Amino acid sequence: MRYDRSPMQIDWFPLWLSLRVATISTGLALVGGLALAWILANRQFRGKEWLDAAVTLPLVLPPTVLGYYLLVVLGRNSPVGKIYEWLFGEPLVFSWQAAVVAALFHSTPLLVKSARAAFESVDRSYERAARTLGASELRLFWRVTLPLARRSILAAAALAFARSLGDFGVTLMIAGNIPGRTQTVALAIYDAVEGGNGAAARVLVLIISAVALIVLSVANRLTSSPYGPRQAAL
Amino acid sequence: MIQARIRKQFAPGPESAAFSLDVDFKAAAGITVLFGPSGAGKTLTLDCVAGFARPDEGRILLDDEILFDGTSGVCLPARARRCGYVFQNYALFPHMTLRQNLEFAVERAPRRERDRKVTEMLEKFHLTEVSGRRPFQLSGGQKQRCSIARALIGSPRLLLLDEPARGLDAPLRAELYSVLRQVRQEFEIPALLVTHDFAECFELGDEMIVLRDGRIVQSGTPRKVFEQPANVDVARMLGIYNLLAVEILGLDPGRNVSRLRYQEFELSGPYLPGRLIGDRVWLCIRPDALSVSPKNGRPALNQIPATLVRAVEKPEGVRLEFANEIAVELARSDFEKYASVKDWVIEFPRNSWRVL
Repeated sequence: MRYDRSPMQIDWFPLWLSLRVATISTGLALVGGLALAWILANRQFRGKEWLDAAVTLPLVLPPTVLGYYLLVVLGRNSPVGKIYEWLFGEPLVFSWQAAVVAALFHSTPLLVKSARAAFESVDRSYERAARTLGASELRLFWRVTLPLARRSILAAAALAFARSLGDFGVTLMIAGNIPGRTQTVALAIYDAVEGGNGAAARVLVLIISAVALIVLSVANRLTSSPYGPRQAAL
Repeated sequence: MIQARIRKQFAPGPESAAFSLDVDFKAAAGITVLFGPSGAGKTLTLDCVAGFARPDEGRILLDDEILFDGTSGVCLPARARRCGYVFQNYALFPHMTLRQNLEFAVERAPRRERDRKVTEMLEKFHLTEVSGRRPFQLSGGQKQRCSIARALIGSPRLLLLDEPARGLDAPLRAELYSVLRQVRQEFEIPALLVTHDFAECFELGDEMIVLRDGRIVQSGTPRKVFEQPANVDVARMLGIYNLLAVEILGLDPGRNVSRLRYQEFELSGPYLPGRLIGDRVWLCIRPDALSVSPKNGRPALNQIPATLVRAVEKPEGVRLEFANEIAVELARSDFEKYASVKDWVIEFPRNSWRVL
């Protein structure tokens, strides 16, 4: 039996990169996803359910398909890619920022789905009450809808964060697997296993599982009712 | 003063029949009750006034401001209408304390004025001691007072109440009524109150509007509606009258007499203007306007023999229900003397009924 060498050999960069990517993508998903969810929950327009379906699509598409789309849209020869390169002086694809984009496409659908349900579950009479009391739609959102949906949304964000940590395929396609630059934990584990570095793989696997488990248990605790038994019954 | 003319159509859906609302009413300061069975359009009317639903056509005027006008397309959003709304479930924000709930309604006011108003309202509605609590920590009565205080704190020009007494037990109901009477006295604004409880109309209403199937079938003071229901539908809705299908046998304006046939019996009453011999009409008579006695020989004029089916105990006496679907109410002591009697005669006093 061969023992692997000490954990000193483990490269911690992928772990930090993954946490950074997941944090940033969850933050971005919160901003865009909440806006989208609010529109889906409150506005009536044609093609609304199509929009919802399109937002959900990344959840069910194979990562390669999604990665292919993103390469086409964000590649160096595409308009979006060119604008990005002109703005930031370097291409978007095969950078850690591309990994954020990949994670974003995994976290946003989860967030939009849950946030829409959370907004829709807020009793309409609270929103009506706020309107009769003179509140603008914006104040109604910040002071009534969002606080009432807050816990479900935080739970959804936790879920989205956990999901972002684990992306493999899309990241591989648009950010590549460049050690020290774009290699996230999921890719590093793959490399470690392929390269026979079982110890490093084991440590990373355990860490990532623990983080995911903690995040999910927090999410579960958040979804239990905040306002005492009476409100729970409503 | 609120003036509203509202029309709104609903096409039939998979689980709902077609419905059309077509109402036209005015309400001055005081409480105007919108009364009717469920599905009559009471709450929809309230929602159109509040700005939650948009009428197809019509016009809603509050004081001199147009809230809605179908022709010119004016439709103020709910937040600009300054209508206080008391919701059936109170709709107090569960994540705010009672004080914060009130502050929410006057957030635009300068800080000092806001504090003054909130403090004043808390005192007026006896909520000062519990102002730091969240709604789920309050009793039903406190929640109710808080929701009324919140609706009133922004000095609305109109108060809307959607079945505020629904599901309340008797003491809470009495408390609500006294709070609303206090409100009627202190805030001189019109209030529209939705209910399907006729006793509540009497208790609170200065005026009442009877709705049925989206139409106004009668309006006036509750006393007037009670004493002179406009038609048999209204009488049936109130649920307190004996309604007997009778046929007019004879009319004599000279002697001020009419003869009516009910089943095989004849009744004699005052002349009925505007009716013809042979008309089938409804005789509407209150159960406490009839008198009864045990059957003893041949029934006299305006007496109908009847067999007692059951005697129902009521707080105010006993309600006797007879085989021919007539109900009579009498004092408990009067009934006890004859408790074992089965066969009775019911006497119809000559001026006790209305013909509809």
